[in-house]
Amino acid sequence: MTLINLFVTSLLTQNIVLNKFLGICPFMGTSKSEKNALHMGLSVTFVITLSSVITYLLYNFVLVPTNTEYLKTIMFILVISSVVQILDIVLKKYFKNIHKTLGLYLPLITTNCAVLGITLLNITNEYNILEVLVYSIGSSLGFTLVIYVFSTIRERLEQTNIPESFKGTPIALITAFIMSLLFMRFTLI
Amino acid sequence: MKRILKGIISENPTFVLLLGLCPALAVTTKFENAYLMGLCVMIVLLFSNIIVSIIKKHVNENVKIPVFILIIGTFVTTLEILLEKYIPNLYEALGIYLPLIVVNCIVLGRAIEVASKESVKNSILDAIGVGLGFTLAISLIALIREVLGTNTITLMDSISSITGYRAIYTNILPNSNILPMQILVSPAGSFLVLGMLIALFNKIGGKKNDTN
Repeated sequence: MTLINLFVTSLLTQNIVLNKFLGICPFMGTSKSEKNALHMGLSVTFVITLSSVITYLLYNFVLVPTNTEYLKTIMFILVISSVVQILDIVLKKYFKNIHKTLGLYLPLITTNCAVLGITLLNITNEYNILEVLVYSIGSSLGFTLVIYVFSTIRERLEQTNIPESFKGTPIALITAFIMSLLFMRFTLI
Repeated sequence: MKRILKGIISENPTFVLLLGLCPALAVTTKFENAYLMGLCVMIVLLFSNIIVSIIKKHVNENVKIPVFILIIGTFVTTLEILLEKYIPNLYEALGIYLPLIVVNCIVLGRAIEVASKESVKNSILDAIGVGLGFTLAISLIALIREVLGTNTITLMDSISSITGYRAIYTNILPNSNILPMQILVSPAGSFLVLGMLIALFNKIGGKKNDTN
């Protein structure tokens, strides 16, 4: 039951984008078309899940026994960039089609703060391995959901008549404000 | 001087270049957290710009980004250790947004665009300009959110262990039906305030361009 609870909170109420403000850059940048948003979201989901598990294991079985917890930021960023690099190589070799569409976003994922953010949150929240898995899948799907929904809204916004100074990012942020309000309301359910 | 002003106004990282929005949205519920976050980013930016511009000739183009991230990561970790030891309250308040400076687009962006191309002196000036621009921008957001949202200004609270006294001002504005607007200190409110401020900046900036 608590695992389901954790999944729903990380997906909706404690949404990584709208509540924790992680991954705002890709949220603003790649959410201009539906297809890009979906691809970005799915590759982020994969990277987050894999790096969460790896960093969790490394933290608990390497850093904690040797009393070097302070190295976690550097170590995690290294793990994330290696995961992204490996993903790039594997996709290039075996899944050429997917690589063509995702290739552009892969380097961007390393500096996506949602990835480092979630791996660090796993540690600060003191989750166990099962919770780590559920939490990282939940929040990265939450990320995918939000940027996908947002991209569909944005495609419509492009065709509407907005005051000159609100065009682009300002109106996107105000849309995010309304979405964030809606997502906060899920607490009541 | 011109360089520093450029970082603050015409190339303001938050309002014009739209970089580093994560901390601008996340730590701006209190004025104190915001300007201290700005200061942290500025310190990291300054040191990473200096080191990157010194070693720029020895870094291979292919491994540029990982090397820069490691340099930034080293300074962030140092800052983390120092804050945890000397200002634990601030360390708690900034939470995961402190280690997240590593992936802050401002720091990495400046390392790639400026420090890896220009002289040490120019990189230092650029870091100061952009750092100040970021600090002023997020302080402004925090000021608006805190005054309208909770009717207080927290000037020194978690750093009181260093400065020796606390400074929290309450009841800035007269109480009324609409104040304090709690929505502004909720996560959603930060999007609204930032959106409005960027629109305002566009409006003012647009006018300037017209007269030129």
